[in-house]
Formats: sequence, structure tokens, C-alpha cells
Amino acid sequence: MPFRQLKPEKLYICAILRKKQLKENKTEDEWTFVIKPEKGLFDLRLGELWAYRDLLFLLVRRDTITVYKQTLLGFFWFIIPPVLNSLVYIIIFGFLAKLETGSDNIILFYLCGVISWGYFADCINRTATTFRTNASVFGKVYFPRLIVPLSSVLSALVKFGVQFLFLLAVILFFLFFTDNHPNIQWQFIWLLPVILLLMALSGLSYGLIISSLTTKYRDLSNIVPFAIQFLMYATPVIYSYDSIPDAWKWIFDVNPISPMVEIFRFIFLGSDRLNFLQLSYSIGFTAVTLIVGLVLFNRTERNFMDTV
Amino acid sequence: MSVVLKAENISKVFKLGDVGSATLTEDIRSAWYRIRGKANPYHLQASENDRLTSGSASDYVWAVKDINFELKQGEILGIIGRNGAGKSTLLKILSRTTSPTTGTIGIKGKVASLLEVGTGFHPDLSGRENIFLNGAILGMRKAEIKAKFDEIVTFAGVERYIDTPVKRYSSGMYIRLAFAVAAHLDPDILIIDEVLAVGDSEFQNKCIGKMKDVSQAGRTVLFVSHNMGAVSDLCTRAILLNKGKLVLDAPVDIAIKEYVQQNMQIKLGDKASLTDSTVRRGNGEVRYSEIKVLNSKGEESNNFCQFDPVVIKLKAEIKKPVNELMSSFVLRSGRTRDIVTSTKRNAIDVRGKKPGDIIELTYMFPRINLRPGVYETYYWLGNRELETAFDVVDNLMPPLIINLPENSTEVLTAGYFDEQFTFEQISG
Repeated sequence: MPFRQLKPEKLYICAILRKKQLKENKTEDEWTFVIKPEKGLFDLRLGELWAYRDLLFLLVRRDTITVYKQTLLGFFWFIIPPVLNSLVYIIIFGFLAKLETGSDNIILFYLCGVISWGYFADCINRTATTFRTNASVFGKVYFPRLIVPLSSVLSALVKFGVQFLFLLAVILFFLFFTDNHPNIQWQFIWLLPVILLLMALSGLSYGLIISSLTTKYRDLSNIVPFAIQFLMYATPVIYSYDSIPDAWKWIFDVNPISPMVEIFRFIFLGSDRLNFLQLSYSIGFTAVTLIVGLVLFNRTERNFMDTV
Repeated sequence: MSVVLKAENISKVFKLGDVGSATLTEDIRSAWYRIRGKANPYHLQASENDRLTSGSASDYVWAVKDINFELKQGEILGIIGRNGAGKSTLLKILSRTTSPTTGTIGIKGKVASLLEVGTGFHPDLSGRENIFLNGAILGMRKAEIKAKFDEIVTFAGVERYIDTPVKRYSSGMYIRLAFAVAAHLDPDILIIDEVLAVGDSEFQNKCIGKMKDVSQAGRTVLFVSHNMGAVSDLCTRAILLNKGKLVLDAPVDIAIKEYVQQNMQIKLGDKASLTDSTVRRGNGEVRYSEIKVLNSKGEESNNFCQFDPVVIKLKAEIKKPVNELMSSFVLRSGRTRDIVTSTKRNAIDVRGKKPGDIIELTYMFPRINLRPGVYETYYWLGNRELETAFDVVDNLMPPLIINLPENSTEVLTAGYFDEQFTFEQISG
């Protein structure tokens, strides 16, 4: 007999087994997640970020309180550096070099410039070293890596917040105790959050790009401090746009950071320019770099432990 | 039981050597192949993971290659293998800190990996703040940590210091706190890499107990260790890796036997281990040249029964003239628990011995009364004051396996040895 006839009950058992097998196969497809060698370019897993939001805030808390742990002046250490910086600029560029500011209030001019630029630079500096400074943690535990640069930007925002309160105090001082009233542009105050978001996102995206490119070849990280310094001189931080010779103005027009600093000062002092075309260019530029930064970071995050 | 983890064809290539301009060319070439959808040429010529061969043609090595296994819910799987067999790489891939070169892993449920305790601890933050930070890094929600906070602090036994920065903690307290956070994770799958080898023995027992609880609660555990005692204690099944490949997937006792057998293949006094002084500490003025463990018939072995006679024969070569020599050996259960230490501290007078001369030493156990288990060996050569070590052979030799005596009817009592336990040092 070439084919063995299965008895009905055996067939029944076979069917059950088959069904069970199918069921098992089916449950195996329901993995919570699958680890694969390659990940899509835009597979950023933003939902996972949300699940780790507590970590984000704890990291911000850590970065914030470790600044003033074991110091006597505590929170003032957020304010002292920009004040000293502004003083130096006032003395060197204001009194000695007599650079044109286009504003009547030289103190507020420099303070606004230093604080707003400082926020942007802080965002870059903190995110640019994400992989290298966190290598020991990243190598041991998985969590969405993007949490760390995001926390850097938020920590910078906390620092900026304290500085901003100080700036408000100085502005109030000039409003109530002197005749040198800053010309606050109330109708454009809504631009302030836009500018801050733009600064944070551009700082974040440059930082993401730098940190991704420096895990394997560290050359770039040696240039970063200089690049930030040069970028500052290519931004109207310590002089106004108008005081720049016409032949050089194109640099400031191309620089997407220029409008951020200028508009920040425009809001509080009424000096500098408010150019919506410039602002749109800046927003577009930031959007592109942010996407590039996220994609690069996402690619690097997967294997950087092998090369960092 | 349902399958909660399934690894298929996991492989990972590593690049040896330094990163420099040469690697840039290779990167560009690899990228060019990838763009055209071809296999990476460097991966094709990658060689197998064997740290003892040198001068292989390729700078690329498969740290792990074609690993397949499944894990069912509630299983405790041990991953064993010699140093460099690919255990840690496998764990890193499973815990998603690096990605595989090929293969996929499906995982069901929440995974927590403990490749280290105290990850992300900040020295300036207090114990309390670090519990929250570390917990969040390990994947806990803030509310979850809050609910378990008191339990964690009690487990670590640091109530009084909870608001002190952890940099002021003793190292023991620091590790206890770190482990306490980890021990209160509530994952479906827990991945652990030898973190148990920390703390005092009381704390170690507490940790092993905690891990047993975890598994009894139906959670799945992946455990990597060199500590065969802990592996056989905890695990039900083990996979054995060798040179990046999975060679055995079996019940834990079989896998451990195979592992020990495999270690036997690096024979005692073999060129691979005893002439390779790079993995040994000590200043090298005197080096062990031969280490033999013999049974009653005088044959080399490392597999004994309880109450068997055991002889350890050592040869040490003088490399530089020294006056005195002290030899000591230790049998350990696990990484840190010394069970037997040769306490006879009679220095051997070696004045007048020239470089190249051999000193012979013998230790005899007329009746080895250790409980059945796996014991690591540790040999030490140094000066009389025990200040300078000439040579240290720390767990490079195969461990000693003690089995139950054949046709034994004796009931094993707790404790490791009885009053008849003796050994002698016979210096030559």
C-alpha cells in the first residue's frame, strides 16, 4: 500500500497540531520589537522618545543642578559668565574700538547679543559631544539616544531662562530708573518664542551633525570651537548689521543665525533689522539641517559603539 | 510556554586595528558596494574570531557568527564560553547597544540589560537623585521608581546616606545601591553580564536570591558569566560559544561539562596559554613553565570525584636570579570566593639558581573533600613578603571539577570540607 491511510482521529490530531503551529507562528510575528541590521533612514522611533520622557527631565535636572552643586553662588553661575562677557565686549568693542551698534543702550545691546548667541552656542556645544561623552552609558544600556541631545537643548534652555530673567531685570531697571528707555517692540513680542525655538533647533541640528561625524574620525571635533567662534564674528553679535562694510554684508545675509540674533535685539531694543525674508530663509535652512542631523544621528547611533 | 526571544543568524563583524586614513578608503569602498547592493567585500574575507592566531590575512573578524537560539518565557539561559568567545558581543546586540551585521532578533516584552551596575550614576548627585536617574536610564518610569523607592533603599542598606552625594559613598555602598536599583527592575526579559561578581559574599547571596525570585515570577533571564558555580546554580539551560559560534545548546550541566572539556583542550603547559605571558600579571622574574593536575594514576586530568587524591605539580623557571620564592595556589568557587588557599608560607630558598633553572613544586591532596562543583584555579609566585608577584596564573588553567563519588550513598552535608582535609607542599 503506497499511501498509508490515516485514521480519522489521527487526522483530527494532525489538524489540531497544525492549527497550534499556525497559532504559534502567528504569535511569533507579534514581537514587541525586532532587532535588524539595517534601519530605515527615517525610522526615528519618536514614540519611544515619549516613553522615556521621564529620563529626559531627569537628565535636564541632573545637568542643571550639577552646575551649582558645591558652589556658594549657586544659580548666579548661570548669570555671571554672560555678564563678564558683556563687560569685556563693552570695554573692548564699545569703548576702545568704538564699533557702531546702532543702539542708544550699549549695555543692553551687548547683553542681548551675548545671551541670545550664548544660547545657540550652548546648544551646539552640548550636543556636539553627545556620543563621546556618553559612550560609557550608551555602551551599556539601550534607551533612545536622541533623549540625550534633546536633554542638552532643554538644559541650555533652563540656563537661558535664568539669564533671560536677569535680562528682563536689567530692562526693567532701564525702564523705571533711567531716561534711557529701551524701545520694546510690543507688537512683535510673539516672535520671541519663534526665535528661541529656531535657535534651539539649529543648535541641536548642528550638534547632531557634528556628533555623528566625529564618532569615527575625530578631526572635525578639533575645528568645532574655532568654527563657533568664527560663526560668532559672522553674526552681528558685537556690532550691528549696518556698521558692516557693504562688501562683507553678503556673509551676514547668508548666515542663517544672523536674523535670530538681530530679531532678538529688535524685539527688546528696536535696533537692528526685522527682515521676514531673512527669517523665512533661516527657518528653511534650519528645517533642512534638522532633517539631515536626525538622519545622520539615527544612522550613527546604531553602530557607533564599535568605532567611537 | 511561548517563545519570547528568537535570534536568527546573528553575526557581527568587527574591525581590528586603529582608525586612521586607511580605514577611510575602506569605508568608501564598503559604501560603494552597499550603494550597488552588493555584499561588503571586507565582510566576505572576515576571519573567525580567534584571538590566539595572529597575522591573519584580514583585519575583519566575526565576533559572533550565525547564532540561532530561542528563549521561552520563564527560562534562565546561561551563556558561557572562554574570554573572547563572543558572549559580550552577543549580549550587546541583544540589549541593543550595538546592531548586528546580519540576522534578526524578535523580542516580546520589555527588556532590561545589566551589562554594568550604576550606569549613569553621577558622583555629585545624592543617592536619592541617582536612584531616579539610574532607574530612568534602565527604563523605569518615575512613578514606578517612586513606588519602589523605600524597597530599593532598604535593599541597598544605605538609609542614612541617601541624601549624601554618592562620591562620598564607600565603594561597597555605591555598588549595593547600584545593584539595588537594577534588582528592582520589572522587565519581562532580563539580560545580565557578570554583575554578580561584586560586593561582599553576603550581598552576593542576596543578589542570587533576588535573581531566583525574578525567575520564579515568570520572567526570562539571560545570564553571562565565567562563574560556573553561579551559572549552574541559576540556569536551567546554557549555550556554549566558541570563537564566535554557538557550539552547544543544552541543559546547563551538560553545557558546563562541555565548556570544561573545551578548556582542557588548551592543555596544561600548552604553548597557547603558559608561554603567553601577556595575559598574566607579575613582573616575570620567575614564571610558571608547567602546571599539571594529576589523578591517582598519575594522569593529567581535571575531572575528579569527591575524596579522590589530587596532585598538583608545578614547574617554575627562573628568569632572573632571585633569593627566595613563595608559591601559593587558590581554589575558588566563583570569581571571588576562595575555598582553598595554600597557607604554608615556607619560602623556597633559590639563591644560586641561574636563569633557566627549573624549580619543581608539588601540592598533594590525599583525599580532596570539596563539594561537587566547579572550582577555578589561581596560582601565584612571588617573594616572601608577598609584596612582589613574579607570576600570576589567574583562571587561565581549566577549572577543577569535583563530581559526586561513584556509588556514593553518603549524604552530603553543608560546608565544604571536613576535619580530614589536608594537603602538603613538597618543594623540590
